[in-house]
Amino acid sequence: MADTRTTGFPGVEQTVLGADEIIINMGPQHPSTHGVLRVKLRLDGERIVDSECVIGYLHRGVEKIAEHRSYQQFAPYVDRMDYVAAVSNGLGYCEAVEKLLGAEAPMRAKVVRTILTELQRISSHLLWLGTHAIDIGALTPLFYCLREREEILKIFEKYCGARLTTHAFRIGGLQYDTYDGFEAEVKRFCLDFGHRVDEYEQLLTENRIWIARTKGVGVLTAADAIDMGATGPVLRGSGVKWDIRKAMPYAAYEKYEFEIPTGKNGDTYDRYLVRMEEMRQSNRICLQAVEDIPAGPIMGKVGKVLKPPVGEVYHSIEAPKGELGYYIVSDGTTQPYRVRIRPPSFINLEALDKMIKGHLVADVVAIIGTLDIVLGEVDR
Amino acid sequence: MTALLEFLNTYMWRLIFALVIVGVLPLLAGYVVLMERKVMADMQARLGPMRVGPHGLLQPIADALKLLIKEDIIPENADKLVFWFAPVISVTAAMVAYSALAIGPFFQIAELNIGLIFIVAISSMGIFGIILGGWASNSHYSLLGALRSTAQMISYETAAGLALVGGVLLAGTLSTKQIVQAQQGGTWFVFVAPIGFFLYLVASIAETNRAPFDLPEAESELVAGYMTEYSGFRWAVYFLAEYANMIVVASIATTLFLGGWLRPFGSIAALDFLDFFPPLCFFVVAAYCFYRTPKQPEPIQSAVMALFGGLCLLLAVAMALPFVPGLADSKPGLHGAFWFLLKVFLYIYSFMWIRFTFPRFRFDQLMRLGWYFMIPLSIVNVLGLGVYKVLRQLQWNRWPAFLLTTGGTLLVAIWLVWIAQKKAGIPGSVGDMTEAEG
Repeated sequence: MADTRTTGFPGVEQTVLGADEIIINMGPQHPSTHGVLRVKLRLDGERIVDSECVIGYLHRGVEKIAEHRSYQQFAPYVDRMDYVAAVSNGLGYCEAVEKLLGAEAPMRAKVVRTILTELQRISSHLLWLGTHAIDIGALTPLFYCLREREEILKIFEKYCGARLTTHAFRIGGLQYDTYDGFEAEVKRFCLDFGHRVDEYEQLLTENRIWIARTKGVGVLTAADAIDMGATGPVLRGSGVKWDIRKAMPYAAYEKYEFEIPTGKNGDTYDRYLVRMEEMRQSNRICLQAVEDIPAGPIMGKVGKVLKPPVGEVYHSIEAPKGELGYYIVSDGTTQPYRVRIRPPSFINLEALDKMIKGHLVADVVAIIGTLDIVLGEVDR
Repeated sequence: MTALLEFLNTYMWRLIFALVIVGVLPLLAGYVVLMERKVMADMQARLGPMRVGPHGLLQPIADALKLLIKEDIIPENADKLVFWFAPVISVTAAMVAYSALAIGPFFQIAELNIGLIFIVAISSMGIFGIILGGWASNSHYSLLGALRSTAQMISYETAAGLALVGGVLLAGTLSTKQIVQAQQGGTWFVFVAPIGFFLYLVASIAETNRAPFDLPEAESELVAGYMTEYSGFRWAVYFLAEYANMIVVASIATTLFLGGWLRPFGSIAALDFLDFFPPLCFFVVAAYCFYRTPKQPEPIQSAVMALFGGLCLLLAVAMALPFVPGLADSKPGLHGAFWFLLKVFLYIYSFMWIRFTFPRFRFDQLMRLGWYFMIPLSIVNVLGLGVYKVLRQLQWNRWPAFLLTTGGTLLVAIWLVWIAQKKAGIPGSVGDMTEAEG
């Protein structure tokens, strides 16, 4: 398409080939949109002029389902939101209902919950690392990550029979006590895992191409991150020291020592470093917890039929992706009147448009990867 | 009739070689794919293909059959003629380029005195297949892939060509055969021009669109780049072209820098026992195949294993022929082919190693690396090798001349890296890359 444009010199006009902006649809079937995210990109060459996220391809109406299930019946559904961190979802839901009931899980249950949730965080971060690296073109780390993740899933399987959608916890405590050799297995994994993280870092952290691809890409300032409600590693990568495990401790986190890693520049590289360090810290928590699991009952005093008093409750936990909150309204019956879920992925995803503007197509996949979204949770 | 006989007499061997290339190159490409999958699996703590044939030995054949019988889809708004023709251009270019390469002192289709220029010229034609295929698909992803490919090829052809010029300078000829002969008895050019070899290694990865320079088909970004809309056999043709191209660039590097068909340490009589390596190598593989044959789970697997063992045994016998009195003349031809292919596969192995280790470059970073580092350095490299040649003619010893020129080139390389680190915020770039490097 020919087009006449001024050349910048007065009186001199030149016919140039028109460079029109093109619109490409990234997704919902695209190798690196992590599921069924669709991003409409307006491109000038390869530079992103504008973008728009289209979500909802995986909407299953989880919140509506809750209104027609009893409190216990709904618990397995939350596993299907962030399906790579089902244990964390379950923890959030169980604790929210316990808060509504005014009940509390016994200490032993709390500690076991903490261990399993931290293992789940490691496994979720491992999957993130592998896929993020593949998005940026490093093929190999994924398989090392899956190797370690497999160990964690085996522990889950031994504990509750499921690997992915575990439904590991019950309202009021635990259904099952730990199996024989649970402590030893977790400990062996944790002692081994510290070196494994170092191995991944050897592959990527100092790699010049990795640094070039991630530093300065997708910068999110601390102010922007707070304004958009970003939580989890996305927020901490921007330098805000906010972690619900420290700020509003739940489960047994008060008992353990761990650091909250934060970044400086809020770019993809910083978020990478934050998540790597989080894996180490989770590992540290697991090691502390598994040393000393208190004896005692595993189920608190909650009835067979749960009828919470009329009222409402908001409870949130630090899921691997950020703040996972449950807002539950009870009308005094056995079924919740309303359950509203605050999914971290959904809210973190809102930062995408801002982060990718002005970048190249190759950066889009890096930034989607660094946000660590799971579409099951975004769409619910 | 006599004219025909005369024609056959003159060209018979060339025709046979040409048929061998056309027949063997696709097969070889298929097995390079298997090798890649196995190497990848090994590096990633997996097994790789294990189902089709013992250890996946028949996987390439199964894949080829599958692709042949797949439905051939042409997008509705595609330019059908160009869409049909584009992959053919790519694969033709790759195969024709092989005609001037010498796999042994005897095995060569056409001995051209401008061999290397011919190869470079023909193999750059392959890019037309990519551009046209990307354009004809009428898809944004394909178009972006084709655009990236164009820019990348233009940038890296220059560097690759200049890296080759260095080797040509040392050999004093463009004929592939004579280039190898120039390395006979002396040192291979990789030891005279290591920087030239390194430059060619990097540029040839970029030219064959392999990671970390695989932007034209970057899977995680552009789905499959220029091949997005292709499927079935047409896709297979592109795939074949890509792997055939890899074999071509590996062969060029082998010819120019790694002594072609020459045995390592060919001039040292004490290491002549290396001549036993080719037959022994095949013999060991054959013995292992036979050892594993009864242990296969199914009779068909055993049969395939035995077949491969037999094939290797046959090759071992062929490689042992030069030791039979009276047949010693066959040594350069048979062993030459072995050493040549061994070097080619080692070169390709290094490609794979790099692919599974590094993340992918971004487009602007790729361009910057090409224009700010590769091209200036390859020009300096040519200059350095010219100086080396003059110094040698002035009766300098090999080592001082080598250290002086290579050291000088290396200093320039360091200077270029330093410049690249200092230069930040180049207009038109996202601008943080150089900062990150600093």
